[in-house]
Amino acid sequence: MINLLLFPILIPLLFAAILLFFPKNISLQRIISAAAAVATLISVLFLLLKVKADGVQAVTLGSWDAPFGITMVSDMLSVLLVLSATIITLFVIFYSMPTIGIDREKSFYYPAVLFLLVGVNGAFTTGDIFNLFVFFEVLLMASYMLIVHGGEKPQLRESIKYLLVNVISSALFVAAVAFLYSVTGTLNMADLAVKIPQIEETGILTVIAVMFLVVFGFKAAIFPLYFWLPGAYHAPPIPVLALFGALLTKVGVYAIIRTYTLFFTMNIAFTHELLGIIAILTILAGCIGALAYFDVKKIIIYNIIIAVGVILFGIAQMNEAGIEGALFYLVHDMLIKAALFFLVGIVAVIFGTSNLREMGGLMKTYPVLGWVYLIAAFGLAGIPPLSGFPGKLLIVQGGFEGPQFWGSIVVLATSLLVLLSAIRIFIYAFWGEPVKIVPLKKRSYYQMFVPAVILVGITVILGVGAELFMPLINGAGEVLLNPSIYIDAVLKE
Amino acid sequence: MRTNDVMLKTATKVVTFIILMFAVHIFFAGHYTPGGGFVGGLLTASAIVLLMLAYDIETVKKIIPVNYVMLTAIGLLIALSTAAASIFFNVPFFTHAYDYFDLPLFGKTSLHSAALFDLGVYLVVVGVTMTIIQTIGEDE
Repeated sequence: MINLLLFPILIPLLFAAILLFFPKNISLQRIISAAAAVATLISVLFLLLKVKADGVQAVTLGSWDAPFGITMVSDMLSVLLVLSATIITLFVIFYSMPTIGIDREKSFYYPAVLFLLVGVNGAFTTGDIFNLFVFFEVLLMASYMLIVHGGEKPQLRESIKYLLVNVISSALFVAAVAFLYSVTGTLNMADLAVKIPQIEETGILTVIAVMFLVVFGFKAAIFPLYFWLPGAYHAPPIPVLALFGALLTKVGVYAIIRTYTLFFTMNIAFTHELLGIIAILTILAGCIGALAYFDVKKIIIYNIIIAVGVILFGIAQMNEAGIEGALFYLVHDMLIKAALFFLVGIVAVIFGTSNLREMGGLMKTYPVLGWVYLIAAFGLAGIPPLSGFPGKLLIVQGGFEGPQFWGSIVVLATSLLVLLSAIRIFIYAFWGEPVKIVPLKKRSYYQMFVPAVILVGITVILGVGAELFMPLINGAGEVLLNPSIYIDAVLKE
Repeated sequence: MRTNDVMLKTATKVVTFIILMFAVHIFFAGHYTPGGGFVGGLLTASAIVLLMLAYDIETVKKIIPVNYVMLTAIGLLIALSTAAASIFFNVPFFTHAYDYFDLPLFGKTSLHSAALFDLGVYLVVVGVTMTIIQTIGEDE
């Protein structure tokens, strides 16, 4: 089966097209979309085994040879990210059923979620820089639809801003690709990695590298370019927010990781130091936001920005510890953010508001929810047995080994602020005097709570069993540190 | 409030068919000359838009009773299954098949699976364009 690595893209696409035929039949929509996510998950697991056994998988579409056709490449990094994205989408579909509302479900909600998964999985798998652009557009189109879906007033307002920012950054992306193409004459990523070291004028390539950082920085919300994210992510309902917070910025982070390890390595002293400085500023900006707000959604949204900074700081070190730590933290962060948004969503539904000041005393009525939230918050901050710890430890170690030791100190210090911001939700919502709560049906409570608990459970396993997962992370890091493995797999030399 | 649009309606009756034939021509010419599914689809949509201008949306719905969202989905499925057929032959996705056939009327003709993919593109373009125009047009 040489096409195995395409299945995580094709299965959701096929099911999304089928779902377009009967938008009004909600039960069928629910069953088929859940089945699509499960089928995708199974195919990703097979792909994971295949990549683990046989190394990097590559297929060039249409049987054309490698630099001429579109290559799809599945190395360990992309498989791990596709796996996390698929797990999250599966749980988002389950979480959507009780929360998203009949009206939204009737107007193509589930096809949009599946199309988003198509775009995300495609962006993680592609080995062609223009194809990456196309998959970015696929996931952005689906996200435009999801952000405005329902048509409430804040959604309409924020979707205009979101659309405007993304249209501009997409236009910049095309311009950057055009510059790269005019310098190198190729679009295939492996071929680019071969051609770029042969070019002697590194000046223009450094400019292009920074342009790509700006483009992907818009998508990933790095320091000066994150201004659109807090407002835009606050507008849509919780399941959509969980999907966005867990997946969309991470695609931008992945694109930075891929371009900055595979081909923009000609002037590391400039580009990667810039990346490191921006990463630290991103962390600080995120921390300020996370502490400033009394809104549960806003606090977690600013934590997305912090995590983006932490991951990029690890990548900027370009040593083994830094990159492996960043990859571990990336997978951990996708899962924990989805779990946190699920939990915060339940809290917001119970109180009927997302304002922390109007909450209190939930520990007496929902103790299990409280403890699960506490575990997730500790996981987010990186308390040792939980999943945030191994990644951050390696990133800090990478920083101390690299030139930017002061960055590691910032990462360590801001972990405390992350913990503070997450614990503040716990203190305000779960401790104190009970306030009036909205009665919630037991059945819909469990429908929301079970996906959240399972996701938290997965992150706990990821943290406690870090030894089990490290070989996978090692494999992913090895490909990033030795681009020749990637190039050989694609160009078959 | 169209009081006297006999000319428009009569001209439309003639012109629509010419546009539709031209769309089909462009669609089939796409492999060797400029054209293909995208322009073919846009031309077809423009023919339907001309009908909508001369008559009104309800009448056009009666003339062409098609659900355009479904048409888009069908187009997607055709394009996807054409590309995915290569999976069953264990060759890379999107590998296209072609051969020469002696057809009764056309003589020796080459038939490509790429044309089926183009048919999918054509249906998606018609479906999406008409969905946009119809929803905006019906909006009060």
